[in-house]
Amino acid sequence: MSDRRIGVYICHCGGNISDYVDVEAVREAAGKEAGVVVAKTAMFTCSDATQQEIMEDIRENSLDGLVVASCSPKLHLYTFRDVAKRAGLNPYRYTQVNVREQCSWAHTDDKEGATGKAVRLVRAGIARTLLTDSLEPVIIDTVPRALVVGAGIAGLRAAVGLSDIGISVYLVEKEKSVGGRVAGLGSMYPHGRDGNKLISQLVSEIGKRENIVAYTGAEVVEKSGSVGNFNVRVRVGAYKPQFVDLNVGSIIVATGFDTFQPGAGEYGYGTGRVVTLDEFRDLLDSSGGRPVYNGKEIKSVAYIYCVGSRRDSGVEKAKVYCSRYCCNAAVHASLLAMEKNPRIHQYHLYRDMRTYGRYELLYDQALEAGSTFLRFGEEDPPAISGGPGGRLRVSVKDLLTFGEEVEMEVDLVVLVTPMVPRQNGALVDVLKLPLGKDGFFNEIHPKLRPVETVVDGAFICGACQGPKNSSESVASALAAVTQAASLLKKGYVELEPLMAVVDRDICRWCGECGKACPYGAISKEEYQGAEIAVVSEAICKGCGGCGPACPKNAIDLKGYTDAQVKAMIDALVAEWGHTSLI
Amino acid sequence: MEGAAKGGKDFKPKILAFSTNNISDPGIDLAGSSHMHYPPSVVVISVPCSSGIRPGWVLYALEKGFDGVFIAADGTDCAYLNDCVERTSSISGAAQELIKEKGYEPQRLKMGAICSVCSEPFTSQMKEFSEVLKKLGPARKGN
Repeated sequence: MSDRRIGVYICHCGGNISDYVDVEAVREAAGKEAGVVVAKTAMFTCSDATQQEIMEDIRENSLDGLVVASCSPKLHLYTFRDVAKRAGLNPYRYTQVNVREQCSWAHTDDKEGATGKAVRLVRAGIARTLLTDSLEPVIIDTVPRALVVGAGIAGLRAAVGLSDIGISVYLVEKEKSVGGRVAGLGSMYPHGRDGNKLISQLVSEIGKRENIVAYTGAEVVEKSGSVGNFNVRVRVGAYKPQFVDLNVGSIIVATGFDTFQPGAGEYGYGTGRVVTLDEFRDLLDSSGGRPVYNGKEIKSVAYIYCVGSRRDSGVEKAKVYCSRYCCNAAVHASLLAMEKNPRIHQYHLYRDMRTYGRYELLYDQALEAGSTFLRFGEEDPPAISGGPGGRLRVSVKDLLTFGEEVEMEVDLVVLVTPMVPRQNGALVDVLKLPLGKDGFFNEIHPKLRPVETVVDGAFICGACQGPKNSSESVASALAAVTQAASLLKKGYVELEPLMAVVDRDICRWCGECGKACPYGAISKEEYQGAEIAVVSEAICKGCGGCGPACPKNAIDLKGYTDAQVKAMIDALVAEWGHTSLI
Repeated sequence: MEGAAKGGKDFKPKILAFSTNNISDPGIDLAGSSHMHYPPSVVVISVPCSSGIRPGWVLYALEKGFDGVFIAADGTDCAYLNDCVERTSSISGAAQELIKEKGYEPQRLKMGAICSVCSEPFTSQMKEFSEVLKKLGPARKGN
């Protein structure tokens, strides 16, 4: 018999659970389990009143374990951990059992089946809780300095933001000058301000701040340490490089994007009179009067959208995602072209027009100004051939006129190409940041943790995370600033004690766990004359990938130990069907 | 367990699904939130990453009375490990070898990538797997 003292609470969730699960039967079954001293049901366990009641029960009955069977841990794991903590119970002695999303709601057609399953799930939760230990969060002091990698609009704005909060910044830029892509842009939507002026403004702000140090022609080549206290080595200069060692508490990555380069011959690219949108923007920004290409005035343009994006993955170099900035950018470019040459004829050959939000006004303006929009299907891309007088003939099956074949002769074809991930494999290797399927850096959670990465203390922002326009890049840069600052201003970090632990008596160093760990968290140490593995608590991410690698079963993940998983399996399989329980 | 239920018409295969906190759990939660049904004889144990599932746990589950084990693999969405797909596949392969060695049909272990919005793939996998296990009958050694 267990000498543990566990409290179990089964939530009705106002009927969301109790309509489909006999919660009284579950409570009765839970109350019979060894180690359970309190078993109750509640209409809403997350309500203030029930939280108070749980806290009183913990104190009065000296509970040393808590189980709440309610909704998904995604909703209330931290709520009830906090209840435990406030009542003086170690929060890691709490287990949340999901009997709503993974039980009542999934089996609304089978009350008996759902009740039996809820009983087993609750028993597994109790079994796990019986084997919980008190765990303490790992506390690490933080260094009040940050590294910002990339000095485009996102990196520059992040540096200014951090500086204003009182965090010193090292800004590392690979190119010889700061400013990134935006520095090369003229008029930008929606306000018509020049990109290079926006950058100059940011650069002058940086000049005013003593706590920002910028390195150009520089690259991050080494990183050690962990959240709150990273040591980073930066190589400055290509010839006779110098190395600078920096000590920072957090890292913000704002390395931006590359532009998709069409293959030779794709829509006639490379054969003259076919340019990318970027090249067209350069041409527009550098023309004082009417835009000219190869010495000839551009009187007509055809834009072909989605070149290189939103394509099936079977195609070489294909990007399946929508690059989201390009519809706006192309429509805006056509307005600029119209400004410079009001008599220009412009044709937009698009698949779907995504001038989202307030940028829809750009599209309205372009329509009013006389741009012609034609829509083609993915299977029927426009065709380009040589026309009279060195012009290009573009033909397209226009879906807006029910598939009519339309032909136009133009002076220039502009390929609207997507943002693509930068090829910065070296940085990825150094920082160990995960990439998503699309090749851009990956956040932990797109909605709730949009700039955090799995590497604690390392944040991503701007277009290195995925296509963004500059206002979106700056918004995410400032999000990264608040995340970095909330980490650094507190002076310390508390890390979830989700980490691997080695059984020092069983382990004899073979190195398999070390090889399995991509974070370099496991090393060798001497213990009572033997070599054994040791896990760095600050580096371990708690994935558990080392567990299956150990030939002696000597390494465990706290909270998910071999013993806990097996105890849960025992509980989950015992006495199938709740009718046989009573 | 009563012998009458074994292999009979009422046989409801007991399936243990290993899922992961951040990737497949939200997908399985979503199935529930959408009131999509699958057999209640399916239960889930969640771990941080599918690369941490031990082949020994799969064998243990069958020995203790589960009829099948499903591994909801993180796939390429894994936030911990770039090579999670390869790791989980190799764990799956090792587990299949292990259960075969102990006399269980290798089909009692199934792996499938379940993402955070994969509600439909999860429920259909569970239904299909349940049918496969019904044909195999209850798990016992030496089949």
